[in-house]
Parts: sequence; structure tokens; C-alpha cells
Amino acid sequence: MASHSHHDTHHEPGVIPPAQTKAIWRTFFILCALTAVEFAFAFAMDPGMLRNSIFIILTIFKAFFIVAEFMHLKHETKSLIWTILIPTALLVWLLIALIAEGTSVGDYIFTYFK
Amino acid sequence: MNTTTLEQPRTGTWDGGNEPFKASYGKLMMWFFLLSDTFTFAAFLTTYGFIRHSHHAFTGSHDTFKFSVDYWPVPDKVFNAFPGLHGMDLPLAFVALMTMILILSSVTMVLAVEAGHRMDQKDVQKWLLWTILFGSCFIGSQVWEWTHFIHGTEAGMTLVDGTKIFGANLVQNQYGPPLFADLFFFITGFHGTHVLSGIVLLIIIFINTVNGTYQRRGHYEMVEKVGLYWHFVDLVWVFVFTFFYLV
Repeated sequence: MASHSHHDTHHEPGVIPPAQTKAIWRTFFILCALTAVEFAFAFAMDPGMLRNSIFIILTIFKAFFIVAEFMHLKHETKSLIWTILIPTALLVWLLIALIAEGTSVGDYIFTYFK
Repeated sequence: MNTTTLEQPRTGTWDGGNEPFKASYGKLMMWFFLLSDTFTFAAFLTTYGFIRHSHHAFTGSHDTFKFSVDYWPVPDKVFNAFPGLHGMDLPLAFVALMTMILILSSVTMVLAVEAGHRMDQKDVQKWLLWTILFGSCFIGSQVWEWTHFIHGTEAGMTLVDGTKIFGANLVQNQYGPPLFADLFFFITGFHGTHVLSGIVLLIIIFINTVNGTYQRRGHYEMVEKVGLYWHFVDLVWVFVFTFFYLV
């Protein structure tokens, strides 16, 4: 399935098979629903740790559907999937580490310079 | 030298005959490019997290929020305007609409790739045109968003010395600390540049499709590769939407 672009031309020349779009539209409705839920939370809930966690979890779900279905990564080989995912996972660490660092830098600025 | 041997496909492992990860060269390189682009965008969002957390957060009640340089603004108090509905408080409505438009453009892109697998030239053309249209809609919306952000609200912000400032640029910002506006321009601007490059690529492959280049080549892999890039742009927006606008 990974290199299907080369091999998908074996049907009869001149005859175009019907479109298979069910899975595509299903993914689209999931993505729209998740965005609508995020928007509803932004409207109904006051900002806080819980709301932010909900947003981040829903974002990860959306990212999964885009990468797995639209970008077809779910159907590639295991080694390619890990090649993409491992470096990306390390970025989460960077993000968390530098947010903690930012808080600490902010504390120093407001404690000693103001 | 026998010339026929030169036309034999190379199949040896060290002969260029194998495909690592069972993906074609072009698609693999697109994946690696996108991974490197992920680092760039992650650097932007990490910088945002770092700078935001080194500022004070707004601690009062959500309804009493006022723009001030003393603390980081609450995003849904900044981005609450909608074109044609002047003066109404519609937090994040326009950004949510932009997100929907971009997701829709991603769907029409997938449909173009799917049509390419079936060697259906007419369908590829149709879906590529829709993708170009939705992509342009998104860019247009972003232009409106930037214009509004730069011009500011009618109330503006009153500084300590009594002067009023309106809107934002790279050195002053009515919504909060100047760095908030800088990060807005850099992050959404860099993403917008990606969308713009994507539209240019889409127009190029649309012209090639109309000319029948891929039909003669026997496959629509170029549509797939541009598709990967386009979905990535959509993916980045999903993260920008969360980390810049929602959180």
C-alpha cells in the first residue's frame, strides 16, 4: 500500500473505476465535530488548567486523524511511522521544559528587577 | 558494450534498486522535509510558551479583563471580531471558521489524490480547483484578521502617561505586551507563507494536470506529494489554533 502510486494503473485502460470517498468524508466530519467541541468549550468554560487539558487532548486527536488518514501515515511501513513520530515526540519534551524555564525566568525578572 | 543491458531496471540492493520504507524517493523526501518544518514550527510555538510563561498571567475574573501591558492577554478577548458584525463580542468565531475552511481544503485535496489513483483526470482537476479556492479563502480571511489586529479596536489602550495607542505593530501593542503582537505576526505569518507556497504548488500541478502531463506519465504521484505538504499546513494550523488562540 505504501508505494501504491506506481501500481494502481492495472485496471482496464479508458475505464475509470468509481470513487471510494466514504472514509475521507467520515474523517472530515470527525475533524469538524472536534473543532466544534473545542469552540463550544472556549465559549462555555472559563480559562483554566482543565479547559487547556481538554483542548490539548482534542488537538492530539485531530492531529492523529490528519496524519493517519489524510497523510496516509497509518498505511505506511512501521519503520517510516517511527522515523516520523520519535523526533516529533522529543519536541513535546522541549516544549514542556522551556515552558517551565520561562516560568522560572519570569519569577527572577519580577523578583529581582522590579 | 551491449546497449540492451543499460535499459535493464536496476534491482540490486546497492544498485538503487530498493525503496527504503517501501515509499518512493519523492514521498520519502517530502516526509523528511515536513519533519524539518515541524522543528521550525515547534520552535515558534515553544518560543511562544517560553515568553508567555515569563510574563504575568491575568488572574482576575474572565469578564473583567482589560488590555494591559502588565500581563499576557487572554486570546479570546483579543480575537473576538467577525467581518460585517462590528462591535459584537464573538470570541474566536472567525478563527473557528478559518479552521473549518482549511480542514475542508484538506478534504478536497485528499479527494484529488484519490482521483489520481483512479487516473481520473477530470476529477483531479475539479478537486484541485476546489482546494485552490478554499486555500485562497483562508489566505483572504487571514488578511482580514491581520488588518483588524493592526488597526485595533475603537477603545484602544490608555498608557500610564495618558496617551492612547490603537492596534499593534512590532514595537507597540494595544492588546498587551509588545512580544504578544510580535509572536502573532511571526507565527501566523510564517504559517500564511506556507499556505501561499502551497497555493502556488497547487496551481502548478493543476496546470500540469490540465495539460495531461501526469496522465502521460502514468501516475499522479506529484499530486500526492503536494497533498502531503498541504495536509501538513492544515496540521500546523490545528496546533496554532490550540496553542495561540484557545489555550
